[in-house]
Amino acid sequence: MKLNTCLAALIALMPAAALSDEIWVSNEKSDTISVIDVDTLEVVKEYEVGERPRGILFSSDFRYLYICASDSDAVQVLDVEAGKIIHDLPSGEDPEQFALHPNGKLLYIANEDDAVTTVVDTETHHVIAQINVGVEPEGMAVSPDGKTTITTSETTNMAHWIDTETNTIYANTLVDARPRHAEFTTDGSKLWVSSEIGGTVAIFNTSDQSQIAKIAFEITGVHPDKVQPVGVELNADNSLAYVALGPSNHVAVVDTATYEVLDYVLVGRRVWHMAFSPDGTKLFTTNGVSGDVSVIDLATNKAIKSIKVGRFPWGAVARPTN
Amino acid sequence: MTCLKAIIIRELLRFLHQRERFLAALVRPLVWLFIFGAGFRAALGLSIIPPYETYIRYETYIVPGLCAMIVLFNAMQSSLSMVYDREMGSMRLLLTAPVPRWWILLAKLLASALVSALQCVVFLAIAWVFDIRMQWGGYLALLPALFLVGLMLGAMGLFLSAMISRLQNFAGVMNFVIFPMFFLSTALYPLWRMQENAPHIAAVVVWNPFTYAVELIRFALYQRLEPVALLWVCVCTIGFFSLSLFGYDPKKPFSKAKVG
Repeated sequence: MKLNTCLAALIALMPAAALSDEIWVSNEKSDTISVIDVDTLEVVKEYEVGERPRGILFSSDFRYLYICASDSDAVQVLDVEAGKIIHDLPSGEDPEQFALHPNGKLLYIANEDDAVTTVVDTETHHVIAQINVGVEPEGMAVSPDGKTTITTSETTNMAHWIDTETNTIYANTLVDARPRHAEFTTDGSKLWVSSEIGGTVAIFNTSDQSQIAKIAFEITGVHPDKVQPVGVELNADNSLAYVALGPSNHVAVVDTATYEVLDYVLVGRRVWHMAFSPDGTKLFTTNGVSGDVSVIDLATNKAIKSIKVGRFPWGAVARPTN
Repeated sequence: MTCLKAIIIRELLRFLHQRERFLAALVRPLVWLFIFGAGFRAALGLSIIPPYETYIRYETYIVPGLCAMIVLFNAMQSSLSMVYDREMGSMRLLLTAPVPRWWILLAKLLASALVSALQCVVFLAIAWVFDIRMQWGGYLALLPALFLVGLMLGAMGLFLSAMISRLQNFAGVMNFVIFPMFFLSTALYPLWRMQENAPHIAAVVVWNPFTYAVELIRFALYQRLEPVALLWVCVCTIGFFSLSLFGYDPKKPFSKAKVG
């Protein structure tokens, strides 16, 4: 009797104990997804996926993970519960990054080799539209109100503003060389675009597409050529922005009110993208060349640990489990 | 006990009264930290070695080595003062005290280890101001490690002072003991770097007791215990102390140096 009660108590406790938030990371060269436990900071799972996985994101209910398998020319859908790929979505050639519409239904995919942005319905698995954009499109973002989609093209050096109702470009803005990532503020009033070769991040006013500010970076002891901004993430209240600076091996912390760089945090080699822990206290960075994920404590802006993952980690996304 | 107290107070007073010495002891590691540290940023390369869990700046890497350097210089200075005491005759006073000789030498060791630890605390506080920071637990764990390293290097100094007959010979100690010990250790560059670039030197580094002093301090700063380093430091402390006891034994003088 007593034993039974104990067992029952244990069973009741177990799922609660097992649940902790996770960070999912795509490994470009080992064709895998690594799952990091946010509490223990250890890799707890690894999934084999298609070739050269880069951009990853979750469905709005976190039941499915969408994966840009660039060299498989597909967007794969991984069932999180079952832990396996359930089907591929048509994606056009060489998908690199994508963004999910707030309605949770439409995926906007940048096809790097084809100079198009493909719109795919995740329910019917059909391509709804293909929009011609500049050469080598990469960065993708959908505005929080769902009305605008941004594609940045690496070679044309432009951010293309696409009307999601008509699927046509309504504005183009020039940015510095090789724009790689775009990010809207939570209220949708501003857009951040990073330029890898230009070494800058530009901030635009979304109502008239005018440029508000441009941020340059300078790290003591690092050659300016190595400062190559890629990933950009804004914290929950949008007071701070974090910019991954590629082969300079640093992440810049930017004050979004003054656009001043407050700090540079040393992480691993060639930092690509980042994801916040769901509680907003830590930032996880994917370090391509060193093959690990650095964890930054956001209270002190210091890297506290680097976790070995697969080869050439690229994309990162958080999965809250509570 | 009175003897211990007297020696410690004497050493502390000497430390406090010689402001230049205190300043010099502080400036030396700071120069390394900020000038050498800035110039040799690339020396570390990019890799993660225990006890570190992520990538670190070169300045952060050399902090434990510089703490050990403070202790090393202080220990040598203390042994220099032994030679001085012997030349000036105050040694005779000490040695005629009605306590065992080993107790006097041990008191001398404890006093110099205490002074070194104090200097390190000030050094780390300055580093902290310049954003080279560890966790509080690390600073706490560091204190016993510093003390132990102080004892080891102090014992080594005692042993050397037993061998040196004249004050002038101390320059030789600088050349043949302090510099090789410091440079042939993991204080300024990690062992793997040495193994890659100069395997012969790396072989020496592995046998240098100072390497283990540095590593003991390094691991303690990150709240970890490195058992091999601890063992080495303890063995060397006991070894050097026994040798210096032998050296200070007037019946079997280690060298031709005359006590008193």
